[in-house]
This record gives sequence, C-alpha cells and structure tokens, in this order.
Amino acid sequence: MALSRREFIKTTAAVAAATAVGMSVPEDILAIAAKAEIGWKWDKSVCRFCGTGCGIMVATKDDRIVAVKGDPIAPVNMGLNCIKGYFNAKIIYGADRLTEPLMRVNDRGEFDKKGKFKPVTWKKAFDEMAKQFKKHYAALGPKGVAIFGSGQYTIMEGYTSAKLMKAGFRSNNIDPNARLCMASAVAAFMETFGIDEPAGNYDDMHHSDTVVLWGANMAEMHPVLWSKITNRKLADPGRVKVVNLTTFTNRCSNLADSEIVIKPNTDLAIQNYILREIVNRPGAIDWDFVNRNCVFATGFVDIGYGLRPKIDHPKYKKEELDTASKESFKIITKDEAVAMGSLGIKEGDRMEMKNTGKAGAHWAITFEDFKKGLEPYTLDFVAQLAKGNADEPLDEFKKKLQALADLYAEKGRKVVSFWTMGFNQHVRGTWVNEQIYAIHLLLGKQSQPGNGAFSLTGQPSACGTAREVGTFAHRLPADMVVMNPKHRAITEKIWKLPEGTLNPVMGSHFMKIMRDLEDGTIKWVWVQVNNPWQNATNANHWIAAAREMDNFIVVSDAYPSISAKVADLILPAAMIFEKWGAYGNAERRTQHWRQQVTPIGKSMSDTWQTTEFAKRFTLAEVWKEWKIDDKTSLPDVVGKAHAMGYSSKDTLFDVLFANKEAKTYKWPDPVGEGYQNTEAAGDKRNVEGFKGYGFFLQKYLWEEYRKFGLGHGHDLADFDTYHKVRGLRWPVVDGKETLWRFNSEYDPYAKAANHGKFAFYGDAGKEIPKGDLLGPRGEEKVKLPNQAKIFLRHYIDPPEIPSAEYPLWLCTGRVLEHWHTGTMTMRVPELYRAVPEAQCFMSPRDAEQHKLKDGELVWIESRRGKVKARVETRGRNLPPKGLIFVPFFDEHVLINKVTLDATCPISKEPDYKKCAVKVYKV
Amino acid sequence: MPGIREIRYRILRRLVQVGALFLFVAGNAWGWKVLQGNFSSSLLFGALPLADPFSLLQVAATGTMVAAKALLGGGIVLLFFAAIAGRAFCGWICPVNIATDLADSVRTAAGEGNRPLRMSRNIRYWVLGLSLILSAVFGVAAFEWISPVGALHRGVVFGMGMGWTAVAAVFLFDVFMVRNGFCGHLCPLGAFYSLAGRWSLVRVVHSKEQCTSCMRCIESCPEPQVLPMVGKRDGAVASGECTNCGRCIEACPEGAMRFGLRTQGPPKKVPKEVTS
Amino acid sequence: MIDATRSLGIAAVGGLVWAGFLEGKKAYPTALRPPGAVDDARFLAACTKCGLCVAACPYQALVLAAPGDGRPIGTPYFVMRDRPCRMCRDIPCAAICPTGALDTGLVSDGEAGKAVLNINKARIGLAVIDRETCIAYWGIQCDACYRACPVIDKAITVDPVRNDRTGRHAILGPVVHSDHCTGCGMCERACVTKKASIFVLPRRIAMGESSDRYIRGWDAGDEKRLEEATEDTTTVTPRSGKSPTDYLNREDL
Repeated sequence: MALSRREFIKTTAAVAAATAVGMSVPEDILAIAAKAEIGWKWDKSVCRFCGTGCGIMVATKDDRIVAVKGDPIAPVNMGLNCIKGYFNAKIIYGADRLTEPLMRVNDRGEFDKKGKFKPVTWKKAFDEMAKQFKKHYAALGPKGVAIFGSGQYTIMEGYTSAKLMKAGFRSNNIDPNARLCMASAVAAFMETFGIDEPAGNYDDMHHSDTVVLWGANMAEMHPVLWSKITNRKLADPGRVKVVNLTTFTNRCSNLADSEIVIKPNTDLAIQNYILREIVNRPGAIDWDFVNRNCVFATGFVDIGYGLRPKIDHPKYKKEELDTASKESFKIITKDEAVAMGSLGIKEGDRMEMKNTGKAGAHWAITFEDFKKGLEPYTLDFVAQLAKGNADEPLDEFKKKLQALADLYAEKGRKVVSFWTMGFNQHVRGTWVNEQIYAIHLLLGKQSQPGNGAFSLTGQPSACGTAREVGTFAHRLPADMVVMNPKHRAITEKIWKLPEGTLNPVMGSHFMKIMRDLEDGTIKWVWVQVNNPWQNATNANHWIAAAREMDNFIVVSDAYPSISAKVADLILPAAMIFEKWGAYGNAERRTQHWRQQVTPIGKSMSDTWQTTEFAKRFTLAEVWKEWKIDDKTSLPDVVGKAHAMGYSSKDTLFDVLFANKEAKTYKWPDPVGEGYQNTEAAGDKRNVEGFKGYGFFLQKYLWEEYRKFGLGHGHDLADFDTYHKVRGLRWPVVDGKETLWRFNSEYDPYAKAANHGKFAFYGDAGKEIPKGDLLGPRGEEKVKLPNQAKIFLRHYIDPPEIPSAEYPLWLCTGRVLEHWHTGTMTMRVPELYRAVPEAQCFMSPRDAEQHKLKDGELVWIESRRGKVKARVETRGRNLPPKGLIFVPFFDEHVLINKVTLDATCPISKEPDYKKCAVKVYKV
Repeated sequence: MPGIREIRYRILRRLVQVGALFLFVAGNAWGWKVLQGNFSSSLLFGALPLADPFSLLQVAATGTMVAAKALLGGGIVLLFFAAIAGRAFCGWICPVNIATDLADSVRTAAGEGNRPLRMSRNIRYWVLGLSLILSAVFGVAAFEWISPVGALHRGVVFGMGMGWTAVAAVFLFDVFMVRNGFCGHLCPLGAFYSLAGRWSLVRVVHSKEQCTSCMRCIESCPEPQVLPMVGKRDGAVASGECTNCGRCIEACPEGAMRFGLRTQGPPKKVPKEVTS
Repeated sequence: MIDATRSLGIAAVGGLVWAGFLEGKKAYPTALRPPGAVDDARFLAACTKCGLCVAACPYQALVLAAPGDGRPIGTPYFVMRDRPCRMCRDIPCAAICPTGALDTGLVSDGEAGKAVLNINKARIGLAVIDRETCIAYWGIQCDACYRACPVIDKAITVDPVRNDRTGRHAILGPVVHSDHCTGCGMCERACVTKKASIFVLPRRIAMGESSDRYIRGWDAGDEKRLEEATEDTTTVTPRSGKSPTDYLNREDL
C-alpha cells in the first residue's frame, strides 16, 4: 500500500487520536501508522530553559533530534511550552557548534596566552590543562584554582565537579552562576527556615486567590507558569486578584488588577509598611501560628554592599572610587534616618560598615522590639520613598499600597507571593526574601495550598543541581556546609575519603573568583555550562584580567561565547539530549532523561570532561598537606588513604569515580535499553579511541548522591524510578512525593516532628543569641526547634543612586525569546529574527529630554564602562521616567560592562537591577 | 590612442554622470546629504528640491496635482536646461548615455556594419505625446514605468533587479539596429528636452574660417542634423536636439567648433532636415 | 508624410504593448506602501519613483521596486518579514516626499499649519492572523508578535481564555485591532512559525465592511457609521428590479 508522506502523517495522527479516546483501530491502518513512524523515536526529556521544568518529548531519527513536543502527561505543562521550549529541537544544531578542543597556540603549536585558537586533540588539551593546573596548584594551593559551575549543569555533572573539586583537589572554589541568580533566596531560606527551597509547589497557582508578584516578570520569564496564573484569574475574575510590583511596566501588568511601580530598592520599605499594618491591625496576626511556629529576629544594618573590602583597590578606575567607598562607610540620608529611627540613626551621620564580616549574624528579639522597629514605616513615609513613577499622584500610589496590605491581611484570603530576580539580585537580597516570609508567617499564610511565599527559580536546575548538590563555595550536598565539621564527616563517609580530606574554609564565591583572578590569587579557572564573562557584573575588569594576566582559563561550551573568547582553552561540550541527565525545578521536582543522540563532532559531556581530567592526578599529588591560610592547614591524608585500601598512585578518577561501588552499576542496564551511553560504552565516533568506562557512571553518581538526603528531609527516589515517572517533588518518602513541606498534612517529616499542624524542621541556624534592636545581648542562646524566624530588616539606600552626571537607573534582565546570554537561542533563526538585538527600553519623556529618537544608537555609560544599544520607547517594557531597562542576552550589547558588582553582603549575589548611568547619542 | 584633448569633454561628461550617480548612491547608502533621491526627484544639500519636469508633466497628465516641493524642483530644473544648458541632460547627466556612447563606439569600431532598420528621428515626439496620453488614460506616469533611464539610475542607486535588461536592450538596439537608436530616435525624455532646450543660451558655435569641411564633426555627432552650417557659415547650433556633448569640438582638428553662446549668431537659414 | 505615418504606426504599436504592460503592473494588489501613502490609484499617479523615501529610511526598510520584483517599478514598498517599518516618530520617508504621494497630513494630528506628526496614524496595512498555524492559539506561550508591536496593548492585545484541555493553563491568543494597527509589520517579522502566521495585508484586502444599515445598539460609537452612509436607501435585487405593474401584468403564471 503506497502512501504519500502527507497521508502517512494524516494516518498516524488519526491513529493517535483514536487510541487516545479508546477506539479500536483496524489492523491495516495500524500497520500503516507503524510504517510511518519507522525512523523516529519519542522519549521523554525536560526543557533546557528556565526553572519551570516543562516536560517535553524528543523525537530522534538517524541519530539526530528531529522534533520535540510538549509532554501531555507532564504535570507542569501538560503538553504546553513557551517559544524557547518550542525550539528545543533546534538548539543543538547551530552551524557554529564547537566540535573539537581549541587552544591558543603559537606557530610551533605550543600553548601561548597571546596565540590564536587552533584545534588540538583532547589528549593535548587535557595535557596542557593539567600542566597549567599543577603549576598554579603547586604555587597557590587549593585556593589558587577554581571552577565556575552552573544552575544548568545536570545533577550528575554538578555532583561530579563538586566531588572532584572538594574531595579531590580539596578546594572549595567552585561556585555556580546560580550565585548570580538564586543565592539570596537560598540565604533567606536557610536563615528563615533552616532548610533550602520552597515549601509549596505549582499547585499553589491553582488554589490561591491572590497572586502578588514582587520583581518577577513571569509573563516573560516563566510563561507556562504565567498561563497557570492567567487561568486562575479567568476562573474567578471577581475573587482572584493579581498585583504586580515592579520598577517598570512589564507584560504582567496586563493581567494585574493593580500595578505598583516602585523606585529600585524600596521593596524592603513597602514590606515593612505591610508588616507594620499587620502588626497594628487588631486581629490581623495569626497568633496561634506565630506563637507556635515562629520567633522574631534581626541583624546588623552596617554590613556594606558586598564590594571589594579595599575601597581604594588599585584595579579600580578613578571613576569607580566614589561608589566603592560605600563598602566602608556611608552618610545617612533623610530617608534612611527615618527608616532606621529605631536604631537611633540620624540624618548626616557617617555609618561605618563595621559588620561586613558578620552580615549573616542575627539574634532573637521580642515582638515589642519588632513592632518598635517597624514604627517609622508609615504609609506617608513609605509612599513618598517608594513611588517609582513621578507622574503618578501620591494619593493613588498610597491607595494601591493600602489595598495591597488589605489583600494580605484579609482573613480567609489565600495569598501567594512570587519573586525572582527583583528580590534576589538586590543589595539587600537576603533581607527582601526574609521580609516576604515575615509577612506570610505573621499572617499564618505559609505552607498551605494556595498560601505561601514562593521563590521562583531562573535556571532549569538551580534547585536540582546548584542548591541540592551544593556546587557552591560553602556547600555540600543536601544543605550541608563545608564549615561544619559534622557535615564534613558525613560527606567524607559517603565519599569514602580519609577523615580530614575536606577543606573547612569557605571558598571564593562567584564574584570573588573574578576578583581573585584580577588580584592574581586564582590563576586557573574552569568554566562549565556557564558564560561568566558575559553574565558577571562589571565585566570590563574580568575581561582584562582574563586576557592580560598570567592565568589559564578553560571554557567548556557548546558554542563560541564571550567566555570562550577570553579563554585559553575551549573544550567542546555535549548538549542536553546528547547525554544522560537530570534537572530539578523550582517546585522541587526532579526529572531525568536519557541520552538521545551521539554528541556532535568530538564534543563530550561535562561529566566525561571532569572524570577524564581526574585521571591526571594521583592521590600523592593532591592529598598531601596544604596550607590554606594563617589559621588553617589541610592535613596530609595519604597515609589514612593507604589504610582505607587506596594507593598513593591511584588517580582521583579511580578513587572518586571508578571505584568498586561505581563498578557495581553495570552497563548495559534495562533502564537504558535501546539508548546509548557515551560515558559507559563510548559511541560510534570512537573519539580518540574512547571505548567507554564499562559501567553505568550516571546511575552510580545518582545513587551515591541521593544517600546524602535520605532521612534528612531531602529524600530522592532511586535512579530507575525517575525513568518511569514525570518527575517527583522531594522529599520522596515511601515512593510518595511531598506537595507542601512543613505542613503535617502533606509532609511526613513535619508529621514526624510531632509539632502540631506545622513544623519548620530545617536544622540550620536553629540556635541563636538573644538581643535587642541594636545587637545581641548576653551569652544565652535560644533553641528554635521546628520554628521559623520572622525578621526585622531595615531599608537602606543602594550604594549607587542616580546623580546629575549619571541621571538614570539601569535595570537589566531577560526577554522571553532569549535564554540568558543567548548562546543557544541566538542560534535559533526564528528566535534570532524575533528579537535580534538588545534594546535600551526608556521612557519617552527621558528620550525627549535627552533628544533621542526611537531606534537611535546610544551609549549607555556608567562609572565602569559603556555599551551601545538602540533606544526603544514603545513596546513590551515601559519604564517610568528616570529608569532604563537593557536585556543581557546580546553579546553585542554587553550590558554587564556597565553594571555594578555590588552584592547582597549575606548571599554575595550581585545586584543587576540598579546602578546609575547616563545615556547619550553615539 | 586619442590624446587627452580629443576626449576631454567625454572625460568631463563621464565624471559628471558618474559623479551624480555616486552622490545619489552615497545619499542612499551612507546618508550623505549632497544629493539624495534620483534623477526623478532629489534634494540637493538636503534642502533644494530638484525634479524631472517631464516626469511631473506625465503626473500632471494623470490629473494629479503634485505637491509644491516637486513643482519647485521641476521648475528649477526646467529653467536651468531651457535657459542655459539646452538638452545637456542627455549628454552630461543621463546615465543611459554611457551605454549608448559605448554602443556607438562599438559600432564605429566595427565599421558601422549594416543598418537593418531606418527610423525617423521624429518618432520620439510621437512617443512623447503618447506618454502623456497613456498617463492620462491609465492614471500613472506612463514613460516612468518603462523608462530605461529610470531603470538604470534607480537600479544603480536602489537595486537593479531585472532592470539591467532594459539597458541591455537599449545597448543592443543601438549596436545592431539603429545608430543612436534610443537617444536619437525614441526617448521621449530627450524629445522633451529638445523642445525645452530650443532657446537655451549655451551652444556649440561653428567658425567657417577654420573649417576644412573634413566632416569629422558630423561623423562624430549623435544628432548630425543639428550641424547644417558646417563648412557653410559661422554660427551657433540652432536645433534643440543638440545635446551639447562636445563630441564635434573634440573631433574637429582645426578648432572650428567651440562652446559659446547663442547670441554669437545663429545661422541665417535652417535647412529642412538632415537624416542620419 | 509617409515617414510621419510610419513613425506614428511604430509609436502606436509600441504604445499598445506599453499600455498592456501598464495595465498588468497596476493591477498588482499587495504592495505595502510607506506611512502616509495616499490611496493606491492616486499614489501610483503621483509617485515619480525618485526613491527619496527609500533613501530617507534610517533602517533601510523600504525597497524601491526594481523590474522583476513583481511590484510597480520604481515605487517604494515594504517586505515585512525581512524589514518592517520601524515607525519613526519623525516619519522621514513621508516628510521627504516631494510629490505628495506620501502625504504627511494623513499621519498628523491637528490642523494644517499646526499639524504634529503622529506615526500611530499610519495605515500601511493591517496585520492578519492565521489562527490555525499561530502557536499561541495552540496554547504555546508565544505572543512574540504582541511583544514586538510598537502599539502594544492597542494594535495587538492578548485575549486569554482558559485551556480546557489541561484545565490548569490559559491560552493567550493575540488579537489585532484595526483601529490601532498601523501595519508596520514588526509582528510579521517577529513571528516564529516557519511562514509567518501573522502578516500584513493592504487594508482594502484584509478588511471587510459592515452594512451601513445596521448599528450595534450596545455600542454608542457605532452610530458614526451612519454619518458616512450613502444617501440612497433604495434596494434592488433581481427580484425587485422590475416595476410592480410590469410584474403583475405579465401573465406568466
């Protein structure tokens, strides 16, 4: 029976439809359908973009990805996608995919920092990489090398890199781009609840009747979740209210009942206004909840802005010094004096930043102190401080703030607060995160269906990899930290390391790795799944440091990025469907996928790159004694290693990745039947003779990794289970996922705590001193089992505010069409055409004042650098007068040359949302 | 190889023709404000409008009232050629002239060859009339839709598309069919300027005294019917069909032809017609 | 005399061919003209093909039709999928037009003399959506056209409806509004489907026209249409064309 291609498609569609409704289909039609589908195969996977975690199905044919479809049974998206997800099939076939290692070499083919990139073999690449590593490692010790990790690592990749770095090289200098994205959320989760990640899940969007967005442009950044919120609004338009707090009008305002345009950094004051309202309204506080589950706490205000401690650092340009000095002191403004009135601070005072080293310190206070601290945040004060649109009448703005407080406080009204980078990328990022919990905890509106503060993540595995695996400078898996001896001991046991192997000193966080490179104290850096030279703030410094100083930078990437351009060695990386992997999304849902196709060219997975690199180091080289700082030395553990059965000639690969336990995970494995596994068995390319390790590396990594969380509130299911389901939300106890954590009705850990309806059982920071508004008092410590903290945090101005010379706020961010630095999406023709360049969104009134026309090329200049972009006064983002918005996806508009590297002093996450700039015609 | 004196006007004319096109290209491609648009309508130094008066005449024939800017531009151009330069547009400005000059050179080099088609030089006046009639009937400036002149200058400035075929057709027509076939016989724009330039000031002036009646001027002339006085009497060219190209001046070994003013004396009697 | 007749003959034959050519080219219906273009017939008459508008366009978006482009030769037009109109507020293309083929009066507010340019009044065409291929109507969170629209939330809005299939999501479908759409084509360029699912057509092709004789009772503004209605209210059909007596007296029962 001859059928045209068109008929084939029609027939298969008909069969699919018929089987879906349970119709029986005649045999010959089935035969035709089977014939039509010969050549392509569908398997489940996850979208490569954003923290939503949409399930997709991937079709492969002749070892190529030929199509994707939204997975109709994936609970998150039920078959839907956004346009980035729609183009998953195209992201790995860009014409300029990196297919072989490239190294800067001289005419003789030797490595030369000033040479041009030429293709080299993997062997030569690893040889040079190891040679350079050993040189700098010997000279500088574990502190002199670093890895820039990622929230887009697969879980196994992140685990591999963290293990090699922390257990192998005994260095804590591994920090992911999640530092630039989620660190403030993490810090606040840890300080408030003692455990990371949201209590709720996406079902909250379905149950709630109030959605408050605090610096989250969900319409563009979490489009599929936004469609859930839209659906909820449509279901009950009268009851359901949506409020959009933002520094400029964005697409969420479309659906919102109330749009509140605020001045940058003033969200903290608004939160305090709402807290004050709640505290002063009779009956608003849920005292049953608060008394049982919460304590009040506060911390220091003079904690600086996460800038370099040395305010006259020689690498600062003259223009930067003014802002840099804020790390040491600031002159108190009128608004700050009012806000911090309860601390006795006066206008004109010189505030010395005395507690930059104790930014995270906090102590318990009384409710009376809490109330007293909030007293200055009256509606009048906050409204005049926070109003972001000069054209809006103050009275209207006040009404909106009041209405917002009413929505929160209304009894019986379910409220979910969402935020993303508006909170997290903030010089007081941890504080604003904490204050939103304060609001929800005071009201008892937390950890229940439709009620809760919900931190959305940006990256597909910021939760799953960066946070849960702990690829941070201070973290270990399952919320443990390197500074804690008990945590190190647990980790050493699971990793089968000699006692004392792990380095107890926190490593350099993301921005500090950059600063250390510039200072010459880190000289070897490996970039994985990340583009730090485009996405880190104040980029000019780091670009110069990479290219002009004595160091060695390795970048693993699939496409030539800005970071690859500043590198010395580029390793071609396999992309998502070219390897086995797993991601964890914003609602704690872990999702696995199989390798679908052979990687392009000679590219190899990041896991393989890391394990191969591990082969080049023997225990004798790395497990000897190291001096870390004046106080700390790492002991020589080679002797203990011998006692454990290791030989000093064993490589890190043998000990960490190809040990006895690893080899018990056999390949082939039924879960991988019909699928390839390049790490286990090599592939048809036979890349430099690589035939595979002979065991199921990814499954081993997974099963070892999940030991960390079992029984500690982070339980994950076994490897095979995830290949049968559409993801599970941890903790997965007795095969069942957990929907609302800390709620005994849903969370087995909360139930086991036997603490009533709720139990905030996270165990970090659950013993704190007592004190008053000014500081801790006495030695007595309070224990807070099963309790969360309600913080008092004060408004303070950001370090850089528009002035006569730099009159505009600059805010950066994303657009729906492009992912992060655009290395993938700018290679999808349709997405490129939809948004080919980053524009400078600006108020028409500012454009008029600066005599600029739409489409005109302008310089955007700060004290740190300048870039060119085209003016746009119409369109998706409409800033108020005095603020511009420039997306960061476009390497030709490298806006991070302009941004300021101030961070939240607690989370060390940079503030991409505010610095001062001027704009003028090119 | 001819000496520079013998091609001095040709070099000058090419410079003017190519220079004008270049300025238009620069105006379009790089935003130079010297000369923007094309020969149909343009802006000189971003301010002074210029326009093709024949094109405007066709627009007028459609019954459309054009805007004042275009009228002013057309007036300036018309005044310039009518009062001063005569039909110099065809010899000095029109880019098709480059192609037809080349065609003439090819023909000359080939020893003229046979001439399969003889045509009256007056067809162009019928075409001119037809342009206006068709404009009125179809409501579009009719010649502008098919003009090889427009196809070429628009093509150079804004993109050629298939426009080169029109220019190639003119070239081949001139080489194989009729000498000076397009410019001298068909082009209504040339006809328009012939009529408009009838009384212009700048003229080729003949001096009988130096003339040896070698007839090289007439051989070189694309419109030889305008030179009835050669060897017969002193005087300026009277016909508006002269394009002031200066080829006769270059061709004359004796210096009997030069540029001068109409006031330097017209020939007393104009012979009826000289066909080519 | 014979010569003159022959000239006339040649000219006449040429003229006939010429006329056929003009008629064919004039008929091309879908050229999208620059902002301020007068109606099509008048535009074709007035445009002298000088290209000043094309040269004035800062984005090189306008194209001057070359032979073979399938558009009236020498006239300016847009290819929206490649280079849409960027809606400059100073409308340099219209402002520079010497002939009035582009009339700034059509894209200005206020009376002549005191007129202020308003590019939002441009009516280059009208965006039309193919809802079958538009992925936003499949439920995909796209709306690339909406976000690309310079008259966002007026010319294109998103119309959310609940996605009954999932029960948990909404479909955010783009909707074009002819009273604000300038036809700039930014949407057509931005559309991510293989062939654009939103595209600009000349308004006379893209739009229907409702009857002058029915006014929406629920829309106070709709009565405006009555003002523009023709005076003649007589109706004629093949059935009503004959006079009653003619009909009645015909004995063709």
